[in-house]
Amino acid sequence: MTTNGADLLELALARVLAEGAASADAVLVESDVLEARVRGREIDFVKQAREQTLGIRSFVEGSKGLRCAITSSSDLRAETVARIAEECVALARAIAPDPVAGLPEDGFAREIPDLSLFAPGEHPFSVDDRIQSARQAEAAARAADVRVTNSEGSQVGSDYSRIVYATSSGFVGEYRTASHSLFSEPIVSQNGDMQRDYWLTVGRSLSSLEDPAQVGRRAAERALRRLGARRIPTCEVPVIFDPLTAPSLLGHLVQCVNGYAVYRGASFLAGRLDEAIASEQVTVIDDGRLPGGLGSKPFDAEGQPTRRNVVIERGRLASYLLDSYSARKLELKTTGNAGRSAASAPRAMPTNLWLEPGSLSLEDIIGGTSRGLLVTELIGMGFNPVTGDYSQGAVGFWIEAGEIVHPVHEVTIAGHLGDMLSSIDAIGNDLLWLGRVAAPSLRVARMTVAGD
Amino acid sequence: MADTPEPTSALPFFRTQFGLDERSLATVLETAFERPIDHADLFFEYTTQDSVSLEEGIVKSGSRHLEQGVGVRAQVGERQGYAYSDEITVERLRLAASTARAIAEGTARQRAVAVGGQGAPVHNLYPLAQAPTEVAVAKKVALLDAVDVYARRIDPRITQVMASLVAQHRQLLIVASDGTLVGDVQPLVRLNVQIIATDAAGQKREIGYQGMGGRYELEQLLDPEAWKPLVDEAARLALLNLDAQPCPAGTMDVVLGPGWPGILLHEAIGHGLEGDFNRKGTSAFSGRMGERVAAPGVTVVDDGTLPNRRGSLNVDDEGTPTQRTVLIEDGVLVGYLQDRLNARLMGMKPTGNGRRESYAHLPMPRMTNTFMLAGNDDPEDILRSVEHGIYAVSLGGGQVDITSGKFVFSVNEAYRIEQGRLGSPLKGATLIGNGPDVLQRVSRIGHDLELDRGVGVCGKDGQSVPVGVGLPTIRVDGLTVGGTEG
Repeated sequence: MTTNGADLLELALARVLAEGAASADAVLVESDVLEARVRGREIDFVKQAREQTLGIRSFVEGSKGLRCAITSSSDLRAETVARIAEECVALARAIAPDPVAGLPEDGFAREIPDLSLFAPGEHPFSVDDRIQSARQAEAAARAADVRVTNSEGSQVGSDYSRIVYATSSGFVGEYRTASHSLFSEPIVSQNGDMQRDYWLTVGRSLSSLEDPAQVGRRAAERALRRLGARRIPTCEVPVIFDPLTAPSLLGHLVQCVNGYAVYRGASFLAGRLDEAIASEQVTVIDDGRLPGGLGSKPFDAEGQPTRRNVVIERGRLASYLLDSYSARKLELKTTGNAGRSAASAPRAMPTNLWLEPGSLSLEDIIGGTSRGLLVTELIGMGFNPVTGDYSQGAVGFWIEAGEIVHPVHEVTIAGHLGDMLSSIDAIGNDLLWLGRVAAPSLRVARMTVAGD
Repeated sequence: MADTPEPTSALPFFRTQFGLDERSLATVLETAFERPIDHADLFFEYTTQDSVSLEEGIVKSGSRHLEQGVGVRAQVGERQGYAYSDEITVERLRLAASTARAIAEGTARQRAVAVGGQGAPVHNLYPLAQAPTEVAVAKKVALLDAVDVYARRIDPRITQVMASLVAQHRQLLIVASDGTLVGDVQPLVRLNVQIIATDAAGQKREIGYQGMGGRYELEQLLDPEAWKPLVDEAARLALLNLDAQPCPAGTMDVVLGPGWPGILLHEAIGHGLEGDFNRKGTSAFSGRMGERVAAPGVTVVDDGTLPNRRGSLNVDDEGTPTQRTVLIEDGVLVGYLQDRLNARLMGMKPTGNGRRESYAHLPMPRMTNTFMLAGNDDPEDILRSVEHGIYAVSLGGGQVDITSGKFVFSVNEAYRIEQGRLGSPLKGATLIGNGPDVLQRVSRIGHDLELDRGVGVCGKDGQSVPVGVGLPTIRVDGLTVGGTEG
């Protein structure tokens, strides 16, 4: 990483202002990326690169507010930077003035805390070592059982990024992040039935990752237990989500508490602030400053300090997720949740968002369920944030008298997200971070399962 | 714009913009062959993407993104090494080539590579007078303003209108060690309209979405004859859903309407017939070539050569000309979708389906435009034939588990069918089925084949590419409908 980021941003901002912009910001993202996959004993692919993108956002004075445009480029030659700066201002002049548009007026981060997002001793990493991890996971998955007959492979990813952000009002900040992952997806077969499943580990440092052989074995165990899956009759029963599927419910919640969906009236939770929207057992927190968190960052995409926000407090909707634009639209304050890629406008996004764990193990929750469905994988896009209606394809296990009886597939589960959140009646202690949104096992008291 | 190239050849553009000639390109490939590899290729891309979007009655934002880069790939056996760079210089290319070739061990005898030729693809499916990214932004803004005004006059219950117009101009150059040298210029335009309706009591909200696009002149989207029906449709869906009843749950007969419901084919069988999964034996369709996988009368094709369609390409992202590939003929599995690597490993021919999202991605077998050929049944008769079921007219997205064959897609507009008559509109729900047998349950095929309006995006292994689908009205006996009413 050789570019002097701050200088480049200064050049871009100066050019935009010279073209007549009233204010502007710019972001540079540089990344070193590696991806490699091993399948069986063979390397499937190895992919490496250095990427860079510069994004410029300019605001031009209009009669009733500011006109806003964004340009970006992966070509950072000086003449291209000058050109996209000029194009940005020219484009803004063609856009309607928006009385609410603009940079945050104040509140910029004064300090840039070290959030352990990068382990300096691990960079540059050895490509061979990472491929070796994939080999170990793959070998362990394949050796786990004779019924492991094939695989989609075991894949590693490593990414080192540097993010530099500057505004025309004088803020300049930068930070570095790393993320590493290992994913294994074996295929098992028996009597003509073929099933797959996966396991993965993700972290900011290589040393925080789960042991590769264990990743492979867990993936194989998950696939093996799906053999013999069958359908079940249509019914209404309690549905348990495991720590791999429960975060998807929070993902849907995030869509609905996003400031943009709220001010547009495109969320069933618009206008519900301070109301009870979930069971009293439910507390959801967004915190951008968890050390080593996969969604942590010292400042957000508008230079505002990240912070801890309680989104749902014991069932009550306590806060939306906001950047400065959606906050102004709703006459609220930003929650420091602006996120953007170099090529997009800031938007409200979660940082590290999780549902507070309870005291039960998943086994306890299953044991306390007389008849129900444990869901271990969901497929589809069956959630409507405007209405809250929910309907997804599901894979999992049928529970009778507190015990798992057989694997289940080719069924759907359906309900309304509001009803689902309100009827959560058991929460696990098994919070697992595999991304920016995490949730422990949880049980929804009643959903419709469609099958035979 | 002065440097706009001829519509079907990107070669002159890359030559002048980056000072690349056949000799320097050959030198880069020769660098890759310093190790014992089977094949190497270079993929150059220079893409401009513009968008403008409207909400709350004003066009609030505009953007322009420039993506340039080059990917260098080396193949040996099943292995692929890939390195890419945002900087397009011969020095960078040679560096990338030595990174990519590292998947092969040892050294090889020096090999001379020759590249040459016209560089123009055999097809010319989307010749344009003007690149969509060169249309004045004021025209695009005026279109979105007109959409907003028009939509709000349709009904007082319409409370929010969101619209966007996206234009892409993608220039490619593919150079390979077998001598391939081919370029393409791929335009792509798309108009999206989302309408939110709120009932009179202000309690209930619903959303209607419609989009259209393809590889054609952006001017076509500016025509009110084109966009007004689209806006009408989005508004109709939002208003209709305000009165929708909960969808039933359970297994029943389903009639799928023509056009976009072809996503059923894309999910249920299309992915399962991609060469990579079949070469690895991980698809529910693996080893089933020549077997009956659909009812008699069902013929499914993938066709990348339809003029101006969103899923069409003159050449795929490996330089292979696109073609019409029959996947299922009269119910029997007859074809796979192939890229070069999987075709070579399976001893088959590439089918022009090697696609990638960008220079930052490895190509994979992907669909283009996938559809079922028309049958002989009258669509009205098909509806009348159902005693108890649902009629699914408009669908959302879908997904498939390749290995188990289970697939889902979501329904946005549906009606109950009782004794052959259409009943009340139903709320959206997910439908689930099993790929290898769902087409065996197709009992009626309409004569009304339609292709979708040009909005499909297919995701695979983290890569998105534009695709098309199509379907005549069909009846499927026994699909599981994921509603809430028992």
